[in-house]
Parts: sequence; C-alpha cells; structure tokens
Amino acid sequence: MDPIREKILKPSKETRQDILGKTLSYASIFLIVAVVLAIFLFVASKGIATFTENKASLVEFLTGTEWNPGANGPNGKPLVGALPMILGSFGVTFLAALFATPFAIGTALYMTELSSKRSQKFMQSVIELLVGIPSVVYGFIGLTVVVPFVRDHFGGSGYGILSGSFVLFVMVLPTITSMTVDSLRAVPKYYKSASLALGATEWQTIYRVLLRAAMPGIMTAIVFGMARAFGEALAVQMVIGNATLLPESLLSPASTLTSVLTMGIGNTVMGTVSNNALWSLALILLLMSLVFNLAVRFISRKGKM
Amino acid sequence: MKAGKYDLNDTSIMNFDKQKQEIALSTHDLQVYYGNKHAFYDGNLQFERYKITALIGASGSGKSTFLRSLNRMNDDVATVTGEIMYRGIDINSKKINLYEMRKQIGMVFQRPNPFSKSIKENITFALKENGIKDKQKLDEIVEKSLRGAALWDEVKDDLNKSALALSGGQQQRLCIARAIAMGPDILLMDEPCSALDPISTLKVEETMHELKKKYTIIIVTHNMQQASRVSDYTAFFHMGHVIEYGKTKDIFTNPKIQATEDYVSGNFG
Ligand SMILES: Nc1ncnc2c1ncn2[C@@H]1O[C@H](COP(=O)(O)OP(=O)(O)O)[C@@H](O)[C@H]1O
Ligand SMILES: [Mg+2]
Repeated sequence: MDPIREKILKPSKETRQDILGKTLSYASIFLIVAVVLAIFLFVASKGIATFTENKASLVEFLTGTEWNPGANGPNGKPLVGALPMILGSFGVTFLAALFATPFAIGTALYMTELSSKRSQKFMQSVIELLVGIPSVVYGFIGLTVVVPFVRDHFGGSGYGILSGSFVLFVMVLPTITSMTVDSLRAVPKYYKSASLALGATEWQTIYRVLLRAAMPGIMTAIVFGMARAFGEALAVQMVIGNATLLPESLLSPASTLTSVLTMGIGNTVMGTVSNNALWSLALILLLMSLVFNLAVRFISRKGKM
Repeated sequence: MKAGKYDLNDTSIMNFDKQKQEIALSTHDLQVYYGNKHAFYDGNLQFERYKITALIGASGSGKSTFLRSLNRMNDDVATVTGEIMYRGIDINSKKINLYEMRKQIGMVFQRPNPFSKSIKENITFALKENGIKDKQKLDEIVEKSLRGAALWDEVKDDLNKSALALSGGQQQRLCIARAIAMGPDILLMDEPCSALDPISTLKVEETMHELKKKYTIIIVTHNMQQASRVSDYTAFFHMGHVIEYGKTKDIFTNPKIQATEDYVSGNFG
C-alpha cells in the first residue's frame, strides 16, 4: 500500500503531542476555573451570611454610614453601614486614575514618539522598577512624605483620601504607562506615515491619529490601573486615617474597603457578625474586580471595530 | 440561483478522463461557511497531477476560501463540508493526520512570510523538527530546494544571513523553497506574486514552470496574464461558485460561459 497514504491515515508522534498538549491545557484551565469558582463561592457564602444569618439589611449595608457590626442599631439589626468605605474606595480609585492618566499618557508618548532608543530603555527599567517596589514601601514613603506635605499645603491632619490618592497615583502610574506604551506601539507605523504625508504636524498626528487608534488600549490601561488602586490595601491603610466615617472632605480621615478589611480581619472571630460583615466587604471587592474585568472586555471588544 | 447579471447555475466544469490523466486531488460537493455566511458552493473540481491549475476571479469570489480548505487551513475559521480526495483518502475527514497531510500538500502565502531566522534555518527548521539531523543531508536539501525555487545562485554565499534582509521576491522564492524542502506532492499558492515587482514575478513564474515537473500546483492569481502564462487549467470563480473550469487556452480564447468571457475580456460587472 501507498506509504504516504498510510502516514496520513495513522496517528503520529505529532498527533499524540497534540492530544497531550490539549489535555494539559484543558487540565490547567479546569484547575484555574475551579480555584476561582471556589474562592468566589467561599467569599459569597460568607459575605451573604451577614444578611441571611445575621439579618443585617442590605440597603443599610450599601447606604448606611454607621459601621459597628458588633453592635445592634435601634432596629435591632447589626450596624453594617459600609457607605463610608465604599465611597472611600471609589474616591481614592478615581482620583488616582484622574491624576495618573495624563502623566501616563505623556510619559508613554515621550517613550514611543520622542525619546531616543537609549532613554526609552532607561524609562522602561524605571517603570519596571516602580512596579516591583512592595506596597509597604510606598505606604511608608506616603506616611513620611505625602502626609506631612498634604497637612502643610492643604490642611487637616494630612491623613485622608487625598493622601491615599497621591500614594496610589504613584503606584498605578507605571501600570497605566506601560500598558499605554504597549498600545501605542501596537498602532501600525503606516497610520503615522499616512497622516504625516497629508501634511499633518507631529502634534496633530499624535492627537488625532495615534491616540485615537490606541484609545481602546489606553482605556484598558486606565481600568487596569483602577483595578489595582481599588484592590490596594496596605499603602492606602497607612495614609488614609482609617476612620469609618463618611468623609467630610478629601482631607478628613477616611477608610476604604481594603483598609477596613486588613485592619479588622485579625481582630474578629470566624462566624461572628463582625467577621461576616468583613466578608461582605470582601464580596464587594470581588464583585468590583469582576466589573473592572468586564469593563476591560467591553472596551477591547468595542475597540475592534 | 441568479445574482446580479449572471446565472450562477450556468456553469461548465471540465472532467478528466481518469484512464489517461492522473488526478492528484479532487473535491466533491465542497461547501465552505464562515459562520452563517456561505462563502463557497458545490465545489466539484479535479486537479491533474504535474500540472498548474490557476484559480481566477474577482476579489471576494472565494478563491482563497477554496484554496485554504484544500489543506485544511480553514479548520479554525470556517466549516468545510464535502470531500477532498487525495490518494484515495478523504482528507476532509476529522480522522486523518493533519500534519502528515500538510507535509504532502504545502502552501505558499500571498505575503512572503519567512521566519526571522537565517535563510538556511528557514528551510531546515521544519526538517529538523521532523527528525532529520544529519548535517550533510540538511545541506543537500537546502541546496536542492533553493535551486528548485531558482534562488540558489543569488543566496548561496549568504545562507546564514537573515531571511528578512532579502528582497520581497527573494523572500517569496525562499518560502517556495521552504515548502518544497518538505518534499510535498502538491503546492497551493495564494497570489504568490501579488506583493512582488514584475521582475520577481517573472522569476517566480519561471520557478513554477520548473516545479511542475515534480509537483502539482494550484495557484490563485489576480493577474490574468499570469494565469494564461503559467497554467494548464483555469477555474473561474464568481460569488463563491466555480463558473467555468477548463483548459487555460479555452478559458481565455473560447470561454463557454458569458460571465467568464466578460471577466477575461475585462467587461465584467
Ligand atoms: N475569515 C473569514 N471570516 C468571514 N468571512 C470571510 C473570511 N475570509 C473570507 N471571508 C469572506 O468570504 C468571501 C470570499 O473571500 P476570499 O476567499 O478571501 O476571496 P478571494 O480570495 O477570492 O478574494 C468574501 O466575501 C470574504 O469576505
Ligand atoms: Mg484571496
């Protein structure tokens, strides 16, 4: 019989490799999905217990301002008003993104469009270094530099949302910058050539062509930065003042979901209302990271058109 | 079915005399769908061994779709139904060994796509993966395939230079050399000259004339002069249908179908 025909009909080393590779990657994805699901279910079951077992009110949780889960309010339900922390988390996140975005885009444009190869490499290393610094170091610098600075120039005790945002600004800057650099680099060279050949200036080209083309990528970068800011605990906790009160201003002590969690989780006993209430906060964090994730997907899908 | 000016069922498809002509590849009721979009209809074509068959037609008429189905490059993007017979096997069946099949049915793409490796490594890469380790043997194949692709004289002193430093025409011939180094039976080429200048195009065409002594070639081309220069048979595609298939000479001088005539004489539309 025709040997080639034989070969085509029979499995070979390659087809077996193929099956092995597929099996391995399915196994990995299965494992990861299982772990993620398990975490989700665990956090959700704990977080929901606050409302089912401990009879706290969900509306109060989302809109109430008094956080003292160990005690009951006048209506006999635990005091789980998480609005101050929710506002604190969103406040530092949006402010940090607001501060960081212009700087990140500027730096990224400098790196991709203006600088020499050597300074590009240098900037790249600086950014990678910034990413690698542990958050406790950022917190420490925040405590010794940012807090006094805010106290002297803006007033108040120095602890508050503004200080938290400043610290997060530095922390998310490298994330947003490096992702923006990637998306600018992914813009095909011929877009730029086409624009310049039409007589557009460098600025017009950057503003009207490059940034437009890279916009979905930049939005994704910002959302990633926000996700990082939203989830950051230690550094924020060190500078925000940790008062579970509705912040009166950006300068008054406040708290975030993460800071309350890190402060509280060691001091409560599993199964108690105080502990379950913290899991509810964790559930919000988890749901928010889901929202960020979906936002990224939505943006990149829109960008495809 | 009628779409636009031409009746898509008014077709003329040549069949070969199996006693006299050896069929290298044939399709039976081949249909290709991209999702819901039916992109290719009812392909019943036979391809004669050691001949060049050209696929012509307007852009979007389904030539690439058809060609890419032949060695299952459409597996991940499209649904392909029907049979593709090669050596008495239906290679459109899920059960066949894709990798062995593609070693027999090679492909050269529209844009030259050499790996960013040296000229030599571009050719030896796949061979080594296939277990050919002997240096002398590899060198032999490199020379033979580069000669086969009419590139040897131009690059024999620079075999270790990056393939990306070659001109577009040279890169394309390197891709042809890379494909024939695998020792295929059939070469599928999708507009291999559309990114090349006229001189490189001529060289690639000369190469094809040499190649058809050993290989069966199916080539998609936009360029009708090219089709008439290089091919023995021509198939005219229109809106996902093969309208006419016959000897190249007949297609260009004496087409049986109005649509073909309009297309080859430039009055199409
Ligand atoms: N990957 C794909 N997904 C969806 N539609 C496709 C895809 N590739 C080609 N098509 C469609 O199939 C039709 C035939 O395309 P193609 O085979 O590339 O034509 P040709 O090579 O003759 O120019 C076109 O309408 C094209 O839009
Ligand atoms: Mg095509």
